[in-house]
Amino acid sequence: MYWNPAIERLSTEELEEIQERRLRSLVKTVYDYSPFYRKRFRDAGVDPSDIRSLEDLSKLPFTRKKDLRDTYPFGMFSVPLSQVVRFHASSGTTGKPTVVGYTANDIRNWVESLCRALVSCGVGSEDIMQIAYGYGLFTGGLGFHYAAERLGATVLPISAGNTARQVELMKDLGTTVIACTPSYMLYLSEYAEEMGVSIERDTNLRMGIFGAEPWSEETRKRIESKTGITAYDVYGTSELSGPLFTECAERQGIHVWADMFLIEVVDPETGEQVGEGEKGELVVTTLTKEALPLIRWRTGDITYVETDKCACGRTHPRIMRILGRSDDMLIVRGVNVFPSQIEHVLMQIPEVGEHYMIILDRREDGMDEMTIQVELSDRVEIDTTGDILRLEKKISERLKSVLNVWAKVEVVNPGTLQRFEGKAKRVIDRRKI
Amino acid sequence: MIRQISVFVENKPGRLAAVTEVLSKNGVNIRAFTIADAGDFGIIRMVVDKTDEAYKALKEAGFTVRLTSVLAVEVEDKPGSLHRIAEALGDAGVNIEYVYAFTSEQHKALIIFRVNDVEKAKEVLERLGVLFKGEIK
Repeated sequence: MYWNPAIERLSTEELEEIQERRLRSLVKTVYDYSPFYRKRFRDAGVDPSDIRSLEDLSKLPFTRKKDLRDTYPFGMFSVPLSQVVRFHASSGTTGKPTVVGYTANDIRNWVESLCRALVSCGVGSEDIMQIAYGYGLFTGGLGFHYAAERLGATVLPISAGNTARQVELMKDLGTTVIACTPSYMLYLSEYAEEMGVSIERDTNLRMGIFGAEPWSEETRKRIESKTGITAYDVYGTSELSGPLFTECAERQGIHVWADMFLIEVVDPETGEQVGEGEKGELVVTTLTKEALPLIRWRTGDITYVETDKCACGRTHPRIMRILGRSDDMLIVRGVNVFPSQIEHVLMQIPEVGEHYMIILDRREDGMDEMTIQVELSDRVEIDTTGDILRLEKKISERLKSVLNVWAKVEVVNPGTLQRFEGKAKRVIDRRKI
Repeated sequence: MIRQISVFVENKPGRLAAVTEVLSKNGVNIRAFTIADAGDFGIIRMVVDKTDEAYKALKEAGFTVRLTSVLAVEVEDKPGSLHRIAEALGDAGVNIEYVYAFTSEQHKALIIFRVNDVEKAKEVLERLGVLFKGEIK
């Protein structure tokens, strides 16, 4: 089954021809309409006329998350705001949020990309899809919502949380497909058991589309054995447009639609392209985006690419499971967390010394747990246990308001946390992904 | 009012020993001692003979230390002594945050209080004639 069989099965030569044509036009457009890109190209000594074929791609400068932040909110937009029909924004995890805009065409292309993906893993108009990703500024909920409706599935826009209701409606309405984070699926299945509901026996759920946090084959197996469903991986980032690509039914990598996105894998240190099948950082150029086109966007995700034809018949390249991050970003319960941001919060609290540790664990039920150990400042004076408990609570609350995720805070004696010479290693990630 | 030292310690083997080592090395004698436990950590409170030396030494050793003035009463070491005081403070609407007691050769039974309203507590205790005004030796 294909959503767009003509395009999904184009030959590599035909796809490259489309990519070249779109790349030339994209480069010219951003140069003409975006002061940001014009300056960037000039600084790199590259003119749009220098970009004639895909081989010229590496002449173009990279763009990074920092660029979006530095030009917040609209500095990288390449259309007037009157053409923008929707905003999404990141949670502002490292200080300033990043804002992403969409034209009507951008939304259509986002829907097109995800419709192809959903059909490739077997979602159809007969399905009832429970969308348990967050709705709102987060791109997950609305992204899936529009695509599922477009392909004629029945949507249950339940958003994240309220687990008892999720289980109840899944059972009563006959949900067949769920979209949520893998850790939430594990939690949901356990919760269902406590309610006396077996997902395998008592519901029609047959598949799940999981992403927004790193997960492994082991987690896939755990979900599948606990619930009897088939689990598929989804990829997207808020900057590129939320969820965009999933595995096909072969589950041998995630197809990236080459007519819309041009992908490269580079060495995160040198920025040089690596050979096929070699690991590196995924770099994406958006070939059809209008409001916020991204040239050689450094995703920070470490993966490798396979371009040979997939058994499903699709010719588009596949990215393999995300193996990690090139930057220091952590993903905790599906939320992006930067250690620098935790540090920022801690350093504003006078009772806290300058040393801290971030410890991540994954509980039995699959939920992440974050513990922040902080040393007391030698200036602080305490006399009751209440003083410490209040301090821990204050730190927890401040962190929650900035990170959007709850962390347990442990105050420890000054001078007892590990000291580092050179680069500090303040994160202990004990989660098995 | 007498001066008390409070030290924050994690609830881990060896942490108390680290505190007592500093005191012992500095020739400080502990007169009264208590630990309030709150799971992962505790607060050690103590009254010592050489308060300033002890405070300085603990601070220099990197501990989170605080000096607090607390009320002390001196009572007969016999049944009902604490009850009389607790009842009087309660009747006066004074809340006792913590209390601990010790006896020594120099003094009768000494009871140390931290309360929410020091002035009112002093009044009550003076009226009962039990407020301790001396120095802990």
